[in-house]
Amino acid sequence: MHPGFVSDPPPVQLDDRDRALLDGAEGEAMRFAMQVVLRAAHISGATRLQDISFAHIDACFYSGQAHVDFARFMVENGARLAVPAWTNTSLVSQVDPQIRPESDDPVVIGGARLLMELYERLGCEPVWTCAPYQLPGRPRLGDHIVGSESNAVTFYNSVVGARTNKYGDFLDVCAAVVGRVPYSGLHTDEGRRGRVLVGLDAIPEALRREDIFHHVLGHRLGRVAQSRVPVICGLPADSNEDQLKAISAAAAASGAVGLFHAVGVTPEAPDLESAFQGHEPDTVIDITPADLVEARDALSLGASGTLAMVALGTPHFSFTEFARLVPLVAGRRVHAGTAFYVSTSRYVQARIEEQGWGETLRRAGVQVIVDTCTYFSPAVRGCRGRVMTNSAKWAYYAPGLLAVESVFGTLEECVESAMRGEVWRDGRLWRDATWGVRP
Amino acid sequence: MSGFAIEAGTLNPGSAGAEALVLDEPLSFWGGFDPSTGIIVDRHHPQHGACVAGRFLVLPASRGSAGTPAGVAEAIRRGVGPAGIVLGEADVNVAIGAMVAATLYEAEVPVLVVDAAARARLRTGDRIVAVADGTLRIERR
Repeated sequence: MHPGFVSDPPPVQLDDRDRALLDGAEGEAMRFAMQVVLRAAHISGATRLQDISFAHIDACFYSGQAHVDFARFMVENGARLAVPAWTNTSLVSQVDPQIRPESDDPVVIGGARLLMELYERLGCEPVWTCAPYQLPGRPRLGDHIVGSESNAVTFYNSVVGARTNKYGDFLDVCAAVVGRVPYSGLHTDEGRRGRVLVGLDAIPEALRREDIFHHVLGHRLGRVAQSRVPVICGLPADSNEDQLKAISAAAAASGAVGLFHAVGVTPEAPDLESAFQGHEPDTVIDITPADLVEARDALSLGASGTLAMVALGTPHFSFTEFARLVPLVAGRRVHAGTAFYVSTSRYVQARIEEQGWGETLRRAGVQVIVDTCTYFSPAVRGCRGRVMTNSAKWAYYAPGLLAVESVFGTLEECVESAMRGEVWRDGRLWRDATWGVRP
Repeated sequence: MSGFAIEAGTLNPGSAGAEALVLDEPLSFWGGFDPSTGIIVDRHHPQHGACVAGRFLVLPASRGSAGTPAGVAEAIRRGVGPAGIVLGEADVNVAIGAMVAATLYEAEVPVLVVDAAARARLRTGDRIVAVADGTLRIERR
């Protein structure tokens, strides 16, 4: 039989406070939160709970009245956060309501706004970002936390070395108020052991330094690893956090990768031995140039031609990504028929304004969006047509969520295409030789 | 009319009796399913267009998204959720969605887990009755 049935659960060690919460000592909401955490422990087969130090909350992203009812229940019945809890992106922007006007859909947009207010009342830090790891004060190596949004879960686990499973809505909030999670999965050493060795020997060294490579590799990684922990061998030691963000987002979207190791790059993989915790890999997979070209093309289903929109910042654009974008658009002007959006957090937006970059972007016709993301329906300002993005995650999801055709390209290709109003390709990057495909 | 019984694990308790809808592939309750109608909207899903409302939904697993529990709870709130759910693997997200709906809306939607051999015996159109001890009784015409 399966482990973890509620009808015959393994015992879970509880401490005095856990028991007090279950007895209702801190009110109905705290009792319910403890019951939810305990139910999750039973189902996942955990026999003890683990204290956490931080939570990233996804339940603030509105998808129906149930989200609002749950938040209201918690707020009105005495729930209090045990740890700092930061909010994920929302469907709407509090800063710029016109991105998705309330008149378009009063129930949904109004509900989304109310939900944001309720989580602020609960005491959450209103950062409204899917890339909370770009903000100061992030968790550290070995910290146990609650992650929910998939790219952030993978980034925290892989790049930061903090420990989290992928927590769904409601459980994320319940764990944040209780301050504990079931000790299972990626919280345990065993769960973090590498299982699949992913080799890059066949991939040209020069390509491994291109940003587009990380998006495409991440997409392929998700496909081959699914929910097993992959260990990448051959990633350049100086790979930066924007590139590791790209791998995290793409691998979480195309598979269910919640943790990857990269030998010599990520903190739990100084060498192969550590990444596999002294065991042999279950599977060895060598990535071929043909694999990458196939993944690249699968992400770019849109034909060439007129461009309705360029969408950057999925996950949210970082300060260093803006530092690369600004010189590319300075003194130029986006084509009149094309919208150019960059999604980011309030925090990063404030930093780019300090640099004077906001004005450069506005003059060029580039619009910065905060609190939300371009790929959530209802579409940003009703955009329809062909959309170009440098994000494998956007390219993977958007055609299902919006009435658009997506074209995947590099940052430079996105900028040049926006200026021309039609898809432009960097010939160098699309030649077979660049990807190591032999003629 | 024939019948048999299956022992199941209980992920969310409750009693229910309804006609089975058996899905051949995992379902995403966020994106692949419309919680305002109960209809499966994922075009790639073999049961695309089927409605889960009032059925005993049998599926291998949910497709992972943080939004899954809210999709389950919202469908139950609107009265278009399944009457009960039988999964092929223990699934925290589906169970928590049903648990939240039970607390907020006093809706009893049992969530059960069975092994692959037991799940293979269930067919769309069977009548499945879940009783509180985790036993499933199946009636087939």
